[in-house]
This record gives sequence, C-alpha cells and structure tokens, in this order.
Amino acid sequence: MLEIKGLEVKLEEEDKQILKGVDLKVGAGEVHAIMGPNGSGKSTLSYVLSGRGGYEVTGGSATLDGIDLLDLEPEERAASGLFLAFQYPVEIPGVGNMTFLRTAVNAQRKARGEDEMSAADFLKLVRSKAKDLKIDADMLKRPVNVGFSGGEKKRNEILQMAMLEPKMCILDETDSGLDVDAMRLVSDGVNALRSPDRGFLVITHYQRLLDHIKPDVVHIMAAGRIIKTGGPELALEVENNGYAGILEEVA
Amino acid sequence: MAKSNALMQLKADATALRLADLTLPPGATWAQEARQQALGRVTAMGLPHRRDEYWRYTDPASLTGAGAAEAAVLVADESPVFGDIDALQIVFVDGVFDAEASDDLTMTGLEIDRLATASTKDIHWAKDLYGVLEARGQAPVERTLAAFNTAFATDGVVIRATAKVAKPVRLLYLHADPTSDVVLHHVIRVEPGADLTVLEGGPAAARLSKVMEVDVADGGAFHHVRSQGRDHERRAHTHTFARLGAESTFKSFTLTVNGRLTRNECVIELTGNDAIAHVAGACVGDGKDFLHDDTVFITHDAERCESRQVFKKVLRNGATGVFQGKILVKAGAQKTDGYQISQSLLLDDDSQFLAKPELEIYADDVACSHGSTSGAIDETALFYLRSRGVPAKAATDLLTLAFLAEALEEIDDERLAEDLRDRLEAWMARRS
Repeated sequence: MLEIKGLEVKLEEEDKQILKGVDLKVGAGEVHAIMGPNGSGKSTLSYVLSGRGGYEVTGGSATLDGIDLLDLEPEERAASGLFLAFQYPVEIPGVGNMTFLRTAVNAQRKARGEDEMSAADFLKLVRSKAKDLKIDADMLKRPVNVGFSGGEKKRNEILQMAMLEPKMCILDETDSGLDVDAMRLVSDGVNALRSPDRGFLVITHYQRLLDHIKPDVVHIMAAGRIIKTGGPELALEVENNGYAGILEEVA
Repeated sequence: MAKSNALMQLKADATALRLADLTLPPGATWAQEARQQALGRVTAMGLPHRRDEYWRYTDPASLTGAGAAEAAVLVADESPVFGDIDALQIVFVDGVFDAEASDDLTMTGLEIDRLATASTKDIHWAKDLYGVLEARGQAPVERTLAAFNTAFATDGVVIRATAKVAKPVRLLYLHADPTSDVVLHHVIRVEPGADLTVLEGGPAAARLSKVMEVDVADGGAFHHVRSQGRDHERRAHTHTFARLGAESTFKSFTLTVNGRLTRNECVIELTGNDAIAHVAGACVGDGKDFLHDDTVFITHDAERCESRQVFKKVLRNGATGVFQGKILVKAGAQKTDGYQISQSLLLDDDSQFLAKPELEIYADDVACSHGSTSGAIDETALFYLRSRGVPAKAATDLLTLAFLAEALEEIDDERLAEDLRDRLEAWMARRS
C-alpha cells in the first residue's frame, strides 16, 4: 500500500537535511507506529507525504498503491486516498464545518469520476458519524475548528477521516493535547475505521496512544532515519527506558 | 503656502472651465435656490484635485472633467440583483426614469415622487432637505462633487416614510449608453418611528454621480443595501449623507465588483442620543485599472450612540483599494461606542490597499477602536483544505468568501446577504 524508499528531504529555504533516507512499507490492513525523539523528522515525513510546501525532496520515492505521491498536488494525493490528521488542526474562520466537509467529500468524488453525494445522503452520513464521535450539531455548524477545544479539534479530524474514507491514514501526534477520555473517544473513532483494505501510520511520542490503537509494527525514527523496527513490545521498551538505549544500540 | 495658493488657483480655473458651459436646471423657487447655493459651494471650494488631502489615493480627474469616458455596457445573462425580493421597483436607464419598467409609485406608509416632479412644485416637503444635508457635510472635509450634484441633478427620487413600510423600495439602475454621464439625487425622510428599506442595484451609467440624503427622525430606521453592477469600465462617485435622530437606526451595506473607479463617500451625523449607524462594504477587484475607494466620516454629536464601519476588499492582478474612515467624537458625546475595521485580502504582490483610519475624540468617556490589515491568503489554511481534497482554486475561493463573510454578516436580511454571496461566488467562478 504505502511504500517509501530512501526518502531524502531538505528544507526548501535553508540547507538543512531533515530526512536522510527513510524506508517504510505499510501494507493494507496494517497499523504502523512511528516513535522517536523531538526533531527526528516524524512530522516532516507526514507533511512531505501529504504535500505541504517548504520541503524539497532530494532523493527516494513514496508511492501509494503504485502511484507516485511526490508528483501530485496535495488535493490529488487526498483523492488518491491519503489522509493526514494534523497535529495542529487549522482554524478557518468564515467557513462552516459542514460546508467544509461537504466540499471536501464532493471534491474527492469528483476527482475520482464519481457523482456528488446528494445533500440528503450527506447529512444522514455526517450525522451518524458525528454521533459516534460525540460531535454535536453546534460543532458542525461552527466555522472549522474555530473556538474548538483541543479534544474537539482532534475529534473533528477523525470525523473528516471517517467521511473521506481514505485508504491510507497518517495520524500526526493525534494524542497531543488530549485528556484520557478524549483519547479513548478518538481512539475508538480510529479503531472503527480499521479494515483489511486500509493502512494506518500513527506518529506519536507516547506508548499511551498505542494502548488504544494497537499497532502491528513499531518503528523508531531518529535523525531522519528509521533506526529500528519491531513489534508492539518496542513501544513498551521506549516507554520504560526512553530512546537512549535504542540510540546507543544502533550507534 | 505658495503651493496651496497655486493649488487653489489651479482648482478655481478648472472649476470655472467646467462650469462655463453648464446652466442650472429650471424648477420651483426653492429648488432654484438650493441649486444656486450649491453652485456657490462648488465655486467657493473648487472641484477636487489629486493634491487635495482627501484625494491623495484616488485621482478625481476622470470624475471632474466634462463628459464620461466610454464604458462598454456589460451584457450578461443573469437576473437583476435583489430581483427575487418583493419590492416596489423604480427603474432608471442611464439616469432617465423608466415609467414602464417601474411600479406604480404608491405604497402604504410611503410618499414617493420623482425629483423631476417634486422640484417643480412650489410646496414640497423635500425642500427642507434637498442639498441641506449635503451642505452640512461639507465641513470639515470638502465634498465638492456632491455640491456639484445638488446643483445639476435633474432626477432621482424623494421618499418619505411615515410608517413601517411593508416592502423595500428597489432602485434599479440600468446602463445602456456607453457614454452616459448621469447625475442622480435622492432625498429620503424617515419620520419618527417609521422603518424603510431601500435597495439599489446596477451600474447606472458610464459615469455616475449620485447623492442620497437621508434624514432619519427619532426612533426611525433606515436600511440600505446596494450592489453597484459589474460593468468593467464604469466610473461612479456616490455620496450618502445621513442625519440621525434619537434612538434611530441607519444601516448601509455596499457590494462593489469591477468598475474602473468607484468612490463611495458616506457622511453620517449622529445628532440624537442612542442612535445607531452601521456602514459596511465588500468589494472585489481584478486588474490594474480597478480602483475602489470607501471614504467614511461619522460624527458623534450626542450621547450613547453606536457607530460601526466594516469594510473588506479582495484585490487581485494589480487592483487598488482605498479606505479613508474617520470617527469624530464631539465634546459632550459621552458613552460613544465607535468601531472601525478595514481589511484587504491581496491575492498577489501587484495589488495594493491604501488605508487611512482616523479617530478624533473630544469627549472623555468613550470607547472607540479601529483596525486595518492587509494580507495574503493564509497558506496554512489553504494547505489544510487542499489536504482534504479541495483543489487549489476552489480552496482559494472558499477562503476568499470566508474573508468577505464578516462584512456580509452586517446585512440584517439573510435573503439579501445570500443574493450577494451568490454573486460573489459567481464572480470568483468566472476567474481562473
């Protein structure tokens, strides 16, 4: 499904290499977690995959079901089935959450050559998905993320994910800023989307989230590379001993 | 000093030249007197010049000269603005009243006349207002073009609302002749407790001079929403002069799309306690020939009045936006609540926004605030939308509309706001 080979990325504006050859393969139905110390390049990886500006790919490739992602505009990557749940969801004053969702759903359908969803079908769908995430009618009406609490913003990300039904979901520190209850709600939302034909890449600092969203594979990233890959037990090792031990081990 | 004398001489000469071939229209004694006095103001002040303080950003040459530059008539297959709103419609084609296209000028709670008719009657209520509010509005800033309008306007409407009027009056200004040079002057009196809505739509002419004097008596309410047509080469300078009595309300919103030069001046005097004045506008301009200028002057001369100015402009491909907004709080106008915001969204590096917010306060217990910003599309928001699959153009349009939304929210009637929102969407959809 998602295949990253030797990905090298530097900042566009300055001569600073962030990713130094990342190799990663997430198969359909799998949940992979990436952990790593601050500044290791985890968020950069998510931004580069989703097409945010400011980065320059200097080597390697990234494909989703064989499609070269790096060659596509951000909206084309989305229509191809890639979704990034933002660490800091963006507030957009003046754009209603519902309008935003409907515009996004229909834009992707159109890009894939499908018919637009009727207003009635859309409403029905969004209401049922919102209910699962305890998102009330008021939150749907308000401008996108404006005045939302940290937890509400993250739930809103998962709602978008549920509506857009992507093939490959990247969650960038979705647990940051969440209390225990909100974490459970968000995790339940993610788990409900787990399916044999959908892949997940979960970026996190903490093992805590992985108690709720159980990964199949855990990667440790440091200094722009994946330095170690293992099973869920690797996350526990980090939780207990920090990154120091692993960093020494591979040095 | 020598320079200002030279400027005054320059203006005096240009004004004399402009007036040389013009004669005041005939009318009843009161109308003749009002025109004569207005002509006196024009001569005394002189037509505006680029070097005048309030014309530094907008060159008035194409407004003051004789004759209108040719402006192609836009042919578009679309419904007239506010066409779905049940209203009493009055149509002017190139400034000429069109009786056939207009409704019967009678409605409960309203007295309506054409200025052409009213100005020939020896006794008419409009005589106490025609040119009166305009004259009051000449200090401290000269508005000679408005005095010129009072002197030479031959038509317009005079409306007196005596009750809460059931439906709006819709003034539709059609443009048919590519060189039409039109002067319209409206006088509106809202009697105590009365409530009137006036809608205006259409480009009106190749060059339009329009003055609207609005006198809102105690407890009266006046709502005004207009859309200035989208002919690309038209020019317009409009003045709205309003005087507000105690506990009265005045709300005005203007949408401007296209046009080569538009200067909308709004001069409001809050003369009775607890009055409310809101002025707002949204404007979208495309191309280096586009210039849009909002010049607002609000005077607080009573206690506990509220004034609010909200202006938003979207500028692209070298378009220019101007905002000159002033709040003057006179001594004794305690508990004044004044607010002013002017913002522009610049869609490229070539466009520019020139803003001059001014506060002048002589009372010591007031709350006045103002702000002005210029910015580009928020790249973070744009990426967020695109990452959800919304194409770049659609995402930019969505953010542009969102930027204008705050101004559109100033319109009380949601149906009118919706009509204008649709037109803005269509305007953006026509652009690649």
